[in-house]
Amino acid sequence: MEPTKIASRLVAGLAAALGALAFLPAGAGAEIRGEEKAVLTDPPEVPAPIARDHATKVIVELEVRELVDDISDGVQYTFWTFGGTVPGSFIRVREGDLVEFHMRNHPDNTVPHNIDLHAVTGPGGGATSSFVAPGQEAVFSFQVLNPGLYVYHCATAPVGMHIANGMYGLILVEPEEGLPEVDRELYVMQGDFYTEGRYGDPGLQPFSMEKALEENPDYVLFNGSVGAISGDNAIPAQVGDRVRIYFGNGGPNLVSSFHVIGEIFDEVRVEAGSLINRDVQTTLVPAGGAAIVDFALEVPGTFILVDHSIFRAFNKGAIGMIRAGGAENELIYSGRQDERIYLPEGGAIGAHPGEAPAPRVAASKQERIAEGQRIYQANCMACHQGQGQGIPRAFPPLAKSDYLNADVDRAIEIVAEGLSGRITVNDVDYDTVMPRLGLSHEQIANVLTYVLNQWGNSGGEVTPDRVAEVLTGP
Amino acid sequence: MRCGSALLAVAALVGCAVQASPPGEGAKTAMAAIEGGRYVPLYGDGEPVEVASFRIDRGLVTNAQFFDFVRAVPRWQRAEEPSLLMGEGYLRHWAGPLEIGSGAKAARPDAPVTHVSWFAARAYCDWREKRLPSLDEWELVALADESSRDATDDPAFHQKILDWYARPRPDPLPPVGSTSRNVWGVEDLHGLVWEWVEDFNSVFVTGESRADGTFDRQLYCAGAAATASDARNYAAFLRYAMRSSLQAGYAVGNLGFRCAADAA
Repeated sequence: MEPTKIASRLVAGLAAALGALAFLPAGAGAEIRGEEKAVLTDPPEVPAPIARDHATKVIVELEVRELVDDISDGVQYTFWTFGGTVPGSFIRVREGDLVEFHMRNHPDNTVPHNIDLHAVTGPGGGATSSFVAPGQEAVFSFQVLNPGLYVYHCATAPVGMHIANGMYGLILVEPEEGLPEVDRELYVMQGDFYTEGRYGDPGLQPFSMEKALEENPDYVLFNGSVGAISGDNAIPAQVGDRVRIYFGNGGPNLVSSFHVIGEIFDEVRVEAGSLINRDVQTTLVPAGGAAIVDFALEVPGTFILVDHSIFRAFNKGAIGMIRAGGAENELIYSGRQDERIYLPEGGAIGAHPGEAPAPRVAASKQERIAEGQRIYQANCMACHQGQGQGIPRAFPPLAKSDYLNADVDRAIEIVAEGLSGRITVNDVDYDTVMPRLGLSHEQIANVLTYVLNQWGNSGGEVTPDRVAEVLTGP
Repeated sequence: MRCGSALLAVAALVGCAVQASPPGEGAKTAMAAIEGGRYVPLYGDGEPVEVASFRIDRGLVTNAQFFDFVRAVPRWQRAEEPSLLMGEGYLRHWAGPLEIGSGAKAARPDAPVTHVSWFAARAYCDWREKRLPSLDEWELVALADESSRDATDDPAFHQKILDWYARPRPDPLPPVGSTSRNVWGVEDLHGLVWEWVEDFNSVFVTGESRADGTFDRQLYCAGAAATASDARNYAAFLRYAMRSSLQAGYAVGNLGFRCAADAA
């Protein structure tokens, strides 16, 4: 064979060998140097980025604990947890690391547990090796071959119940080169919960197998409880911060349409893999999946995290908040600059010749209540809810509301002008915004008369004259 | 045995005179006669299994009853170095080898004994001239609720059992007979503690290696449902998962037992 041919065959052979190697993830076969104990964090905190430039042996010790905690104000649930929190402790390792995993089942627990980490290459993701009775510990090891953000969860039968009780969390496998530096890293994970009582029904609520099978949750939550990262627990930040959210979805059933109101994700690591998408409004996160989203905070204010399957945010608890302090930038966002009456050219659409119908005027208290109910349903019910019960930590109740009944004139002003800032209703603080609703005096009178005569409130009647008096002075 | 009843009345336990011999007829009337029948196990080939008539203790074995046993058979007293047969943590909820303890946080004499290995449970039943129930016997009698011998088609029956798991384990455990009594007159099958059965590991361990059997496929994730006869029976899944997590030498805090015997 001619030397040139030999050379070309060698090159071809080498290329084929390299091609075969290319099927192996980069982490495979990394040299393991040294040993360290993993730093685990509770949500919404994330361990510091990894400074190492080599693979090492990382010892992870995770304890399963079954505990009763608040799922909402006045509502308790028995959570099954990895490390005492929902979601479980955040684990951060580097591509190629050898993880020695210690799975501990607390002796006071009632059932056996195990863990399936999606970052594991191997049957069951560790499930078989980690299966432990209460009061036992199991140890197994795995090398993290692929970088990315991975869900872990309990996989003991009945697996849906273990996950529905909160048994999931995230493990981040940093790529060798690390991730771009940001100012604030957050850990947020969505999960759906199924209780025997409806949303907000008080007391210790047992898991409802029927609702779980029907995939009809009462709660859809970020970080395991209503208000875990909203209201008083809103995550503070500063204008100028670059924020990264490690967002996971534990399920067990729902897929999340993750969105931050008032922000655009500059970068999304789609499905937490290596594909980067830019300028994303809403990213779809499957149950048992994750995404890494990066964005910068350009203006101050409250940025609300939601599952944009929006009834879940409004009615089932899927709300989080990042509260950014700092200076306004009116070029990027002006705030309201002007306000005026809008009169379309040529009058109202569909107007026809003849007398305009007179505005409906209630002739009696009964009519006022009937009319007020229609106004309530159109303008108020979405936040204050059908029975005036409000939404814990987000929207105050109108039913048996001490704040409402104490001062009806104040209520007139609020309905007319809107309200923002902290108020206390029935001993609970609320700090949200109610917009001005643009109702007429007649409509304000009707809706307030309706509300005052519902749900154990003090009764009485508000007249349009009284509304006028309060709003414009005698 | 009679000392056990006396113990309920007086909290002081040490020094109670105990009979060293197994009890007589009294203990036998404490058993319920169960008519044999057929049932479909959660894991199997989907075919009903025939269970012969048998007798089973109405109540779980209590701390006081187990105290009688260790007094009579000293080699089952808690030791500094627990043997493999006792298991790590054997009777750890007792104040001492021959003292259940007193005070609010102490184990109650009338509560089910826990922290006992399968070996210890077996030895106790043997001492009582009984045996542990088989898995099929236990499951058959546990199909019943207050009014029906087979309540498995009633969603409320399953939910009631699941509600048990929603409550944290009381510490100390309440007395036997405090949760439920089914149509056979057998108490606390659901709602108090898990129970040892003779062949607790028979479902999953098929040979020398767990990997050669159906162990993985049956127990984890969706595979658990693929081979089960009733994928909606979450309460049964929890029981089978619990049993298969055990080894005979484990002494677990919410795992007790009751004894059985062949039909009279």
